[in-house]
Amino acid sequence: MITLRSEASQGMALSAPATLYVGLLVAAPLGILVVYSFWTQTYVSIDRTFTWENYRLAVEDPLVRHLLIRSVWIAGLVTAATVALAYPIAYFIAFRTRHKTLWLLLITIPFWTSYLLRVFSWKLILGFNGVLNSALMTVGLIEEPLTFLLYNEVAVVLTLAHAWAPFAIMPIYVSLQKIDRSLLEAATDLGCSKLERFVRVTLPLTVPGIIAACLIIFIPTVGDYVTPALVGGSDGKMIANLIQVQFGAANNWPLGATLSLMAMLAVGLVAGCFVLLSNLLARRIR
Amino acid sequence: MSRLLRSFPGLSAYAVFYLVFLYTPVLLLPLFSFNEGTIVAFPIKGFTLKWYAELAGQEALLRSLLNSVIVGGVSAVLATSLGLFAARAYVRYRFTGREMSEALVMLPLVVPGIIVASSFLVLFLSVGLKPSLTAVILGHTFLTVPFAVAIMKSAFDEFDPSLEEAAYDLGETVIGTFRRVTLPIVAPGIVSSLLVTFTVSFDEFILAFFLAGDQPTLPVYIWSQIRFPAKLPNTLALGSCLLAFSVLLLITAEYFRRRSAKRT
Repeated sequence: MITLRSEASQGMALSAPATLYVGLLVAAPLGILVVYSFWTQTYVSIDRTFTWENYRLAVEDPLVRHLLIRSVWIAGLVTAATVALAYPIAYFIAFRTRHKTLWLLLITIPFWTSYLLRVFSWKLILGFNGVLNSALMTVGLIEEPLTFLLYNEVAVVLTLAHAWAPFAIMPIYVSLQKIDRSLLEAATDLGCSKLERFVRVTLPLTVPGIIAACLIIFIPTVGDYVTPALVGGSDGKMIANLIQVQFGAANNWPLGATLSLMAMLAVGLVAGCFVLLSNLLARRIR
Repeated sequence: MSRLLRSFPGLSAYAVFYLVFLYTPVLLLPLFSFNEGTIVAFPIKGFTLKWYAELAGQEALLRSLLNSVIVGGVSAVLATSLGLFAARAYVRYRFTGREMSEALVMLPLVVPGIIVASSFLVLFLSVGLKPSLTAVILGHTFLTVPFAVAIMKSAFDEFDPSLEEAAYDLGETVIGTFRRVTLPIVAPGIVSSLLVTFTVSFDEFILAFFLAGDQPTLPVYIWSQIRFPAKLPNTLALGSCLLAFSVLLLITAEYFRRRSAKRT
């Protein structure tokens, strides 16, 4: 005879392996990073006496401050650009087409191809002797290659806005899809113009989707390594590139750990403020 | 509704333009991989397959391909197993801490890659695990668990619990019911989860870059090749193969996911 345990303990037992695995691999590395951040690197070994030296260095070094601020700034730009470009598409799929599944599939397929290769491809498109320049010159629109395309912030923003597109479209689409259509009709019946209806009904109702999209994009972007390394040039470098150097060429793990933690802190602070502000704003509009 | 459809006439045009923006970088690699010239620029010099043919002889490439397949395969199986049980618990049972647990397993999706990579490297070395394929597998399992959980949850959502109850009533054991009733019904979901998690692992770069040591996976190998302009045509050919492979896997995964949704 089988003895069925209580629902609760069965549920806990089944979800335990995944929860423990993920939980352990979130907590343990974080703990180790904190410990490392209070140590110092001597040439070949690690000095394990407690010190705030790394934090002092990180706070006082203008390069670190500069890179941190720029990472947050670029991530903010990327988030704004991606969401602004994606919103009309999500709107289009939710309200304007009957082939929703097809469109959603079309939008997600590029995302499943290698991120590294997509970024690399942008480098080829925007390069001095690249696809865009050579195409424009072949057509005769320009005489000489444009030099402002690659190795700057704009290239980073463009590349990442491309990379994150489905992450912005999906949550916004879901929140648009959830809108009760009779609310829109009511707004029209009560004399709203299309623009008014959009600003006062549709947009406020999609705020949760927009917030979700912003967070999903902003958080990983602050720590992005590949895009600034490939298309950022010296102007577009971000904090992740400096962190990688500490774990690679510079071989200063404690400083790398400190920088990782500071990047995480910056992400947390900005994301937290953003959620608070947008919730306040959403309440205002309504 | 049709009135709504006719508003904003420019929107369809924008949507098409957006698709061009999305697909240009993806389709560019295959386009230029057949180009006879070694510079990626217009005009295209002529059609050739030699860049593809050259790939077959490169031993470092084949070794990294094998590494990627091993890592992808093992991580896919691990993540899908974890996801299978967790998703079943989330859909079927109500228990304290369920919401927290659900949120926690989704966390790997939003932690910046460089932070995961650097902290895993430090952790693994402090417990004596050198950078290796094992380290990459552990990392990729962590990264792919959210995908497995999400897919398996949608598979279990469609699942009618009365089928299991019927099996219990007819005298099956818990394990017997799981094996003979539950598993066959969610099997398409499992296949879909395996394919998706494999693809994610197969394409992942930054963790592998930190954790692979002297056993590079394919993206790490590609990263090392990107720097050499002379290798560019080969890299394009390799990239095109990867793109085709990823899309093929994904379409298969989508097919199985749909089947699992339709079955009940």
